[in-house]
Amino acid sequence: MTAVAPSTSMGLDSRKLGMWTFLASEFLFFGAFVSAYLLYIDETNGGPGIEIFDIPFTSVSSFVLLMSSLTMVLAHNSHVRGDLRRMRLWTLATAGQGMVFLGGQVYEFTVFYREGLDLTQSPFASSFFFLTGFHGAHVAIGVLLLLGLYSLSLTGKVKVGQDVKTEMVGLYWHFVDIIWVIIFTVVYLIPELRV
Amino acid sequence: MASTTAAAETPRLRPSKPTGFLSWVATTDHKRIGILYFWTVLAFFFIGGVESSLIRAQLAQAELSVLTPEIYNQMFTMHGITMVFLVVMPFAAAFFNYLLPLMIGARDVAFPRLNAFSYWFYLFGGIFLYSSFFLGGAPNGSWVGYAPLSTNAVSNMAFYAVGIQILGVSSLASAINFIVTIINMRAPGMTFMRMPMFVWMTLTTSFLLLFAVPIIAVALFMLQFDAVFNAQFFQPASGGDPILYQHLFWLFGHPEVYIMILPAMGIVSEVMPTFSRKPLFGYAAMAFAGAAIGFIGFGVWAHHMFTSAIGPVPRSAFAVATMFIAVPTGIKIFNWVFTMWGGRIRFTTAMLFSVGFVSMFTIGGLSGVMHAIVPHNAQQHDTYFVVAHFHYVLFGGALFGLISGVYYWFPKVTGRLMNEKLGKVHFWTWLFGFNLTFGPMHMSGLLGQPRRTAVLPGELGATVELYNLLSSLGVVVLAISASIFLYNLIRSIRSGEASGDDPWDARTIEWMTATPPKHHNFDVIPVVTSRDEFWHRKYAESEEGIPVAVPVGASVDEESDAGHDEHIHMPDPSLWPAIHTLGVLPLGYGLVYANWLLVGIGAVWMVAGMFGWIIEPLAEGDDDEPAVAGAAAH
Repeated sequence: MTAVAPSTSMGLDSRKLGMWTFLASEFLFFGAFVSAYLLYIDETNGGPGIEIFDIPFTSVSSFVLLMSSLTMVLAHNSHVRGDLRRMRLWTLATAGQGMVFLGGQVYEFTVFYREGLDLTQSPFASSFFFLTGFHGAHVAIGVLLLLGLYSLSLTGKVKVGQDVKTEMVGLYWHFVDIIWVIIFTVVYLIPELRV
Repeated sequence: MASTTAAAETPRLRPSKPTGFLSWVATTDHKRIGILYFWTVLAFFFIGGVESSLIRAQLAQAELSVLTPEIYNQMFTMHGITMVFLVVMPFAAAFFNYLLPLMIGARDVAFPRLNAFSYWFYLFGGIFLYSSFFLGGAPNGSWVGYAPLSTNAVSNMAFYAVGIQILGVSSLASAINFIVTIINMRAPGMTFMRMPMFVWMTLTTSFLLLFAVPIIAVALFMLQFDAVFNAQFFQPASGGDPILYQHLFWLFGHPEVYIMILPAMGIVSEVMPTFSRKPLFGYAAMAFAGAAIGFIGFGVWAHHMFTSAIGPVPRSAFAVATMFIAVPTGIKIFNWVFTMWGGRIRFTTAMLFSVGFVSMFTIGGLSGVMHAIVPHNAQQHDTYFVVAHFHYVLFGGALFGLISGVYYWFPKVTGRLMNEKLGKVHFWTWLFGFNLTFGPMHMSGLLGQPRRTAVLPGELGATVELYNLLSSLGVVVLAISASIFLYNLIRSIRSGEASGDDPWDARTIEWMTATPPKHHNFDVIPVVTSRDEFWHRKYAESEEGIPVAVPVGASVDEESDAGHDEHIHMPDPSLWPAIHTLGVLPLGYGLVYANWLLVGIGAVWMVAGMFGWIIEPLAEGDDDEPAVAGAAAH
């Protein structure tokens, strides 16, 4: 914290604007995957279909992921108040919940694979694994960002007053959560009504 | 800039010499990155030109066998990929990079290192695509890569899928960078409606990229997993739908054609007012027509698929939308004509290329409207008529506009003028060669000559053969013309006439800087009070509305003396973008060959590079908080 913060034309930090712009693009990315999934939802090629989903199990891991948004907010809030110790704690908690979710996804994929649903089985299988898998990859990158934020705050690279850094990771993390809300509804819940 | 104590405490991987090879690898200066783009584009343009010459040699007469069908397929595929992704798009990026901060009165783009990242991704993506020639043959399923044909293991389209993906990342990063720069880094007083038209077109193009690239990313991931990992997205045998690929591809592919043409439209909108000594006619209409093209451009993609199984209702809807998009385009054409109308026109080479753009693009636009008519489209689909159409908009349009920009801004970049006599020879041979090459294709296409066919069938008759011979001769003219351009370019860089700061009596603020511009662009960020700011600083208007020169000196900022740049804070060079992006090569080859070790090496490399990037401050002795470079408030 040396110089006076430079003013931008819009008054919004350029890094934040950049992150918002990137997330706008990401919506189209997941939108295309969701479209493909909806197109192929019944193309099971004789293999397992939507009846394979374990709604209670996925609900639990979804709940964990949604709660991680709360700890993310708390981490940012602590940073804004200058409490780096709590910020680290909540950041780690967020990353931990992200990893629990990823673990749940690995378990789910393994179970599905054993039951005969793999990437090469059918268009349904391909589009399911792609949509949820790419979301999982986004969660993994988010966990990496959170752990990076945590360790850089230990080395002094992330300081009190630089809460925009936590906010950037937070924006990304909330986006990943919101996408999961859409995926959980469209992929798991709505088709369940038809079974 | 760098405080010596801080540098001594933390020795870093940062080249400090302002010249030499390493200084270019590590550059974060938007002007240098623009120059890197330009030369890389010229190299790929040469390769793409060689490929097109081979195609035309094969088709010069019926039933020739200069190339085998296999090689022919690789040639037309790589020609298309090269010209679209490695020439026209990065050519526009070269202009965006160099000019955008200068035009809005900023010291650099919003994210200088991300800008370098975009360039290296582009370069490595191009090298990756071309390495396929040595690794079992280049992609051969055309630039559209229709599945399921392209998922066949012998077609080498995995290189296409991964290579275009890499180039897409480059485009996406640039798009974000330019959007943030334009929205957030304009000089005081540079409102949206005072921005040069080129900046408007950059903004529109960036938004198109932002929303189109993720869609092709999805299509390419699916394609690649079908091809390499046996996924079932587009395999009809298991219920997959090839039409899905077409939709995803063209949902990107049609905005893509506007991504290629809008930058050229922006350039022409700068060149024409300058050489007509008139403001751009209908500025607001031009800006909003560009935005309208951007919006409607997302709703016309299925006109590429009129002969696919999409049904009569989509056909009608997309036919109407396609005709509709001609309206904003027409607005632009009329505005350029009215800009010239009654102006004191100087036909410099840059102006000639701009006029050439408007006339050739209009021809291409008219044949485009013909494609909107569904029965007509069915007749023309996959014939040379289509080839003629898109070369008139991309070569006669985009490329003419971009070359116009080269002649126009060459003095800004080098401080020298390009030779006008050679330039005019270049223009007229270019115009003649272009029309000779692509004009006859309209006719041979209507007579039934199919696209993407390795051998010109003899049964099409002598007339079609004659048209093809003319086309092939046209390529010879174009090759000579391009050599003249290259000669002029190199000779002018070495020994061109000195240009001074404002050789064209230009209108926009990039001409207010030193020539070539200093590293920090502006000693003092100008305060903008009107559209065509520089013009209004030079000329007042008499009562009859005739421009009267303002006394010398009044146009220069009083404070812009030497020594004022001492404390301007600029980002330092950084090697990390280049190091980080190098990891994409093992990652890419790993994905093509399903080699998880290589994928792992690439991924770890890129993550490590990213952390190196994050830990290194933007400028030495700086805590990277707040962001530096080009803040409007300086």
